Amino acid sequence: MLEAFVQNLVFGILLGALYGLAAVGIAMVFGVTKFLNVAHGELLMLGGYACFWLFNLFDLDPFLSLPLTIFFLLVIGTVLYKLFFVRMVKLPQEEKIKNTMLVGFGLSLILQNVALMLWTADDRGITTSYSSAAFSLLGVRFPYVRLAGLFISLVCLFSLQLFLRRTYTGKAIRATVENWEAASLMGIDIHKVYLLSFLLGTALAGAAGALVSVTFSVDPSMGMHWTLKALIVMVLGGVGNFMGTFVAGILLGVTESTTAFFMGGNYREVVGLILFLLVLVFRPQGLFGQKER
Amino acid sequence: MLKVEALNTYYNDLQALWGISMEINAGELVALVGPNGAGKTTALKTIVGLLKPASGNITFNGEKLINETVHKIVELGISQVPEGGGIFTGLSVLENLELGAFVPGARKFKDESLKWVYEIFPRLEERKDQQAGTLSGGERQMLAIGRALMSKPKLLLLDEPSFGLAPIMVQHMFEVIGEINKQGLTVLLVEQNVHAALDLAQRAYVIENGRIVGEGKGDTLLSFESIRSAYLG
Repeated sequence: MLEAFVQNLVFGILLGALYGLAAVGIAMVFGVTKFLNVAHGELLMLGGYACFWLFNLFDLDPFLSLPLTIFFLLVIGTVLYKLFFVRMVKLPQEEKIKNTMLVGFGLSLILQNVALMLWTADDRGITTSYSSAAFSLLGVRFPYVRLAGLFISLVCLFSLQLFLRRTYTGKAIRATVENWEAASLMGIDIHKVYLLSFLLGTALAGAAGALVSVTFSVDPSMGMHWTLKALIVMVLGGVGNFMGTFVAGILLGVTESTTAFFMGGNYREVVGLILFLLVLVFRPQGLFGQKER
Repeated sequence: MLKVEALNTYYNDLQALWGISMEINAGELVALVGPNGAGKTTALKTIVGLLKPASGNITFNGEKLINETVHKIVELGISQVPEGGGIFTGLSVLENLELGAFVPGARKFKDESLKWVYEIFPRLEERKDQQAGTLSGGERQMLAIGRALMSKPKLLLLDEPSFGLAPIMVQHMFEVIGEINKQGLTVLLVEQNVHAALDLAQRAYVIENGRIVGEGKGDTLLSFESIRSAYLG
């Protein structure tokens, strides 16, 4: 009983790390640009397919091909930004959120259907020689592939933090999040900061997608599920604190897995959503967010 | 140095500036005074490119500023301290100052500028590792001005540096502004604190309802009957 519970907890954490990674991407874009890109899940789906095909066609190891997947997503991200999102940079915040959301929904439909046309509705997963390998500790299984997912998520997160804290560009991004007008008065080119943040978000979506394709599977309609999870986690954690967002992701993963353990798989998402509503009502700035000063 | 000609600026359909013209020469400290809502902040925002004028002309050392982006204008050597300071509260004091030297031309001299700013505001050096959000009102204003100086500007635009400060801090702030000007920096000072601003400035413009209604030497304007009755009571 206890072993099964701990096993569940471990899987919850490992899944939650992927929620966290997806959410940090969407939060990165939203925090800086106030673009609510609801096609984030579809970008993640594209990352998953990129990783799958690189493995399937060229026999490239999914972890080694990660830079390629990310590069592919950067290209897609640049195209989407230049075609659509750049037009909404100058809108007032409210309109920006609404319009980008609409564009995001449109994009999500288009990308889903393109994926369906190109790759059919089949579930695709990557099965490597080490896919089922795991080590056991006190009767609890730790699959290597999922542990690698957690590790890569953490690496992404810490490099992002380091970039934001230590580099001039990173500081410019943080300044823009707080006050874009004052940031532009520093001589910061806001358009460049926006593009960069959008691309960082896309790259994170790509990485998350690749990890999903190795640990679970990908299909054309998976995007909305991941967008919703990412949005819930972003609100749970509070905007503007990526560590908090990531921790909130793990929290959601654990909540889901324990709920499934005690109440059955049908209720998997219910408690997570209740938690989400409670946070919205009692702590609208999110669990780790700070109140506006 | 800065020449503003017949500037008309709108907020959507609402005209905020009506044919404003001003000139600021190198080394001067010029004040722009007027009541709340007269268009002082709008004028500054238009100069620095945050607002696009419908018509008119702005040149800075012979270069046209109209249609330039804000970051380009900052690179040319105009630095603005926005109303309320606009400091980045989640960043440390030092990070705020570093961002002041963001433009490539200023980044090279970052350490030098930092020494200069710490000389002017020793308080900032004491607090350099503190989060800017924990600073007092006066310290925030020091940080805002210090940050603007980090870009090594040729022209400094100050929007209400005395706003919300305790009287003793206001006095200190005006002394500092005068001192910076004496060191050779050209300053355009926007103020509601008319008396102090006119006292400090060599020249001043009076703005009302989006129009320039008066211009002259600071102390001359100070003795104007209309200004006395309107602002000084």
